[in-house]
Amino acid sequence: GCFVFKPSVKKRRLSQRIAHDFSNRNDNSEDAELRFFTCQSLWNQIKLETEKVQEDLNKQLLDNLLSFLSRSHSEFQEKTSEWTCQMKFREIPTAALILGVNVPDHDSTFRSLSDLLQNNITPYIASLEAKDCPGIKNLMQKLMGQLMNCYIDVDSLEDEDYVQVSQNRIRCSMSSLIKWYKTATKKTDCEIPSQKRTSSSKYWQSPPVVVIFKDMESFTTKVLQDFIVISSQHIHELPLVLIFGIATSPMIIHRLLPHSVSSLLCIELFQSLSCKEHLSTVIDKLLLSDQFPFKLGEKVLQVLINIFLYHDFSVQNFIKGFQLCILEHFYSQPLSILCCQLVDLKKRVNSLSYDQCENIRRLPSFRRYVEKQESEKQIALLTTDNFLKEETQKLLEDLHVYHYNYVAVLRCLHVFTSSLPKYPLGKQIRDLHCACLENQVWETEEYESSLQLARMLNKSELVTMLQQCVEILLSSSGKEFDKTVEKLKEFLTQFQNLEEAFQERDVSVSSQKELQKKTDLYHLQKTLLELKESRRSKKLTKFEMLRFEVVDYIDSLVRKYLVPADHRTLHEILYFNTATVLRGHLNAAPRTALHTALNNPHWYLKNEALKCDEGSISNKAPDICIVYKLHLECGRLINLVDWLEAFSTVVMAAEAPNADTASSDQVDDTIHARFIRAVSELELLGFIKPSKQKTDHVARLTWGGC
Amino acid sequence: MPNLEHPAYPAAALLHLESLVPCRESQVSMLLSIFGERQQFSFPAIFIYGHTSSGKTYVMQTLLNTLQLPHVFVNCVEYFTSRLLLEEILIQLQSGSSETEETSHVPCDTFNDFVRLFKQAVVSRELQDQTLYIVLDRAERLRDMEANILPAFLRLQELTDSNVTVVLLSEIVWELFRPNVGCFDPLTLYFPDYSIGHLQKILSRNHPPEYTADFYAAYINILLGVFYMVCRDLKELRHLAALNFSKYCEPVVRGEANERDTRKLWKNIEPHLKKAMQTVYLREISSSQWERLQHDDGEPGQLKGLSAHTHMDLPYYSKFLLIAAYLASYNPVRTDKRFFLKHHGKIRKTNFMKKHEKTSNHLLGPKPFPLDRLLAILYSIVDNRVAPTANIFSQITSLVTLQLLSMVGQNDQLEGPRYKCTVSLDFIRAIAR
Repeated sequence: GCFVFKPSVKKRRLSQRIAHDFSNRNDNSEDAELRFFTCQSLWNQIKLETEKVQEDLNKQLLDNLLSFLSRSHSEFQEKTSEWTCQMKFREIPTAALILGVNVPDHDSTFRSLSDLLQNNITPYIASLEAKDCPGIKNLMQKLMGQLMNCYIDVDSLEDEDYVQVSQNRIRCSMSSLIKWYKTATKKTDCEIPSQKRTSSSKYWQSPPVVVIFKDMESFTTKVLQDFIVISSQHIHELPLVLIFGIATSPMIIHRLLPHSVSSLLCIELFQSLSCKEHLSTVIDKLLLSDQFPFKLGEKVLQVLINIFLYHDFSVQNFIKGFQLCILEHFYSQPLSILCCQLVDLKKRVNSLSYDQCENIRRLPSFRRYVEKQESEKQIALLTTDNFLKEETQKLLEDLHVYHYNYVAVLRCLHVFTSSLPKYPLGKQIRDLHCACLENQVWETEEYESSLQLARMLNKSELVTMLQQCVEILLSSSGKEFDKTVEKLKEFLTQFQNLEEAFQERDVSVSSQKELQKKTDLYHLQKTLLELKESRRSKKLTKFEMLRFEVVDYIDSLVRKYLVPADHRTLHEILYFNTATVLRGHLNAAPRTALHTALNNPHWYLKNEALKCDEGSISNKAPDICIVYKLHLECGRLINLVDWLEAFSTVVMAAEAPNADTASSDQVDDTIHARFIRAVSELELLGFIKPSKQKTDHVARLTWGGC
Repeated sequence: MPNLEHPAYPAAALLHLESLVPCRESQVSMLLSIFGERQQFSFPAIFIYGHTSSGKTYVMQTLLNTLQLPHVFVNCVEYFTSRLLLEEILIQLQSGSSETEETSHVPCDTFNDFVRLFKQAVVSRELQDQTLYIVLDRAERLRDMEANILPAFLRLQELTDSNVTVVLLSEIVWELFRPNVGCFDPLTLYFPDYSIGHLQKILSRNHPPEYTADFYAAYINILLGVFYMVCRDLKELRHLAALNFSKYCEPVVRGEANERDTRKLWKNIEPHLKKAMQTVYLREISSSQWERLQHDDGEPGQLKGLSAHTHMDLPYYSKFLLIAAYLASYNPVRTDKRFFLKHHGKIRKTNFMKKHEKTSNHLLGPKPFPLDRLLAILYSIVDNRVAPTANIFSQITSLVTLQLLSMVGQNDQLEGPRYKCTVSLDFIRAIAR
């Protein structure tokens, strides 16, 4: 997460068993299996898509790096005899890779980087992590282990003696590394004439050795400095290239390395795409595409985006969250079997069982739909399964079409809103998407104000926007837009005509519009005055009329196509909208949960006897709950004796209300033992700790569970 | 100029040596007289110190190589444990004698073993009647190894009972080395810094073959005029000279000026060198980038240096956490109530701040604060309610791994961890915007 490292992927359970799990909850098992496979195939498609997106995004960065690496040592190899090269201090080529603050996300980038290097430049790659290298010795060990192993991998275990040499027996010093490098390169040289030409010839004579420092920030200064000093002494024999993975900013290099060390490096900077842009692309490709039948509802999307923006900046986690949504949807919604491509829809609808039909009838959106129909049709829908199936198929097809159109119009609207000053409807398309999903966007104030602003756009902007809209609509697959495109094109030609007819006036109008864009008070007054005058003199120009027409037309498009998804019938089948489940899974609050458990055991134990009103302490609750509640009333230091007294009072309250005062002096041994146990449990949970300030007191570590 | 003279070595070799070590003649002749003739016992340990790049390593290497004295040269940074160091010395000793490289590699864990093996090696190489020199470069690292290593090296002659001299090279003075007990004091020898005249002389020596020595000397003169203020490192200066020479030659190549036209050349190169001082010298941009720039005749303005990329994007709550941490680090605890509580009551204005407290807390550096205080400040500076979710806590840890916060005294996780904020005010300002 930001920055919680997830454990590596566990062995997947057998798919059969998961399918079985799916069916456990519901009765019809053949449906469950189908649902499971639909879910799995859908996820596989999405996974492929995300991998492709990531590859495309990283391509630029990786290409730059690749050219840097291939350049770095070739220069020296070519012209060693030249004067400048002799005179120049030989620096270690270093790439500083800025990858954004989320460290766990870097893994995939590094993986693709080392794959790429392996294929193109060098087989000798070692990637080091700070946690493995607390000292220079461990670093060298790790480095040599990785390099020598990779040698074995490349040559497909030909030479047995290398395999047998265990890591400990190699002297982990630079000189043995150099020796190894010499023999390794010599060997590949010899092999070229023989059978291995194809595999070896893609590397040069002496391929560079690439060392990747995955998390530069966490390395200790001394280790890095020592390593750089050592390797700079041997740069003539061992062509080394360093890659620093930097999460914060390149200033860290200067902070970690003194000038005497950083002067040994030849650092070039490479910056990856910011994670926000990355997210935009992912949303664009995953959510705003008609490739996948599964969609996210507004609240769910909001939760995912909030986790991203507020907490971790991790695209990886966003995709994981999306996966969870898919899983949860297919698991909890029996009708999700219909969440499939249009091609399969007919078959699946026809094979629906009676129970499933009942499920459909129970859907709230479907009930709303039925209520609106005529009475005969209502009866037919509620009683005849076959009719229901036909209707369902039609409705679902409508829903798909709605989504096509929705996306296209949304993009058009985004073209308009993203160029308005101050972005009343948000800068990113995802903001607009959320706003449209939430409720009817045309009823919001922001929409009103953005329309106002749109009515003040100047001509050139308007024309370019219209052109963009035409392109978007043409590229979308919906067939309904032929008319719309024609209409927009008509607008464009009208603008063209305007320009030809009223060239002089046009100049004045557009300059006036430009003035309006400026926000300072003086100009605003001036323009307002001018505006008034112009209104008085010539009412609306033709251009203005046309502009109003365009904006009104866009408005009508929005009203027609951007209806929120939950207003559509059967949206429950395609849209996943249970945000609470997702929030519980992804944004856990351990402290709150602990407090609830201790303060209100009924919440988790579901035992009627434990139900009690706020504030009072029931003696039926588990001991630890009683102790916890009592400790909430104390200050920073808690007197154990008082605490025990209070505990025994609560516990005894029910058992012996009329006990005589003499026996209450002496606390029962069992109660004492229960108390000690409960207190030590609290200590284990980290609520209290023994204090040395006062005898027989413990210190509280919390304020009261927030 | 003191000519090197020594009866034991041929005059030609000495002359050659002298030409190789300009400006270090007196030190070399001193060393020669300490060394004496080949078979004579020399001083058991010599300690040479001097500033970075004052020619210590270079002089020792050329001296031993040109006179072909038997020697072992080891860098203590590279051989970071005593075992590696001792083994390396033995390996170098053995490989010098027989060219068969695959000598059986004997483990040498203790100094005792080393002495035994060392004696064997000396005998096998038939070096009993010559002084063997062991040069330990960056000798300050010996202090980090086992306590017996340094004293033992100083007494190596005595321990091995053979003709051996240990030379220690270091940048720090002997007083910082001296162990507490039972140490043999070496003969200390100081290498002074090169003066500007020395630098000029040394740098002018290797001029490119295409140009005359005078032309290059003039260039070096200008270069030193710019850089001598900030940098006296010979290696660095030589590197800079090589980087910028092509720009200096430009007018000559284009035929706009001849080699003697110093003023014109100076006008051409001077601003360029100043720019280099701000960029390449500080490693803001790398030397290869600098060369490419020169080649394309572009402005360095297009290429941003490392320090230009200070902006950092953080998640929303991480920003607030960092700001809260900064506030907790630099505000005293008792002002918290005043700053972060809505109903804090009256502020007593009467000399609330004493004089000495006004000397900004920024000068005193960040103070550690407990986790609870950090969260309390966070809750009060964020507008809407923040749920104490696992994500918030994991962000604190991640800020620690990014070295924006640092953990103080991490003895016990349950003990209520304490943190310090390590970022500067400017950084916080940039984030808070």
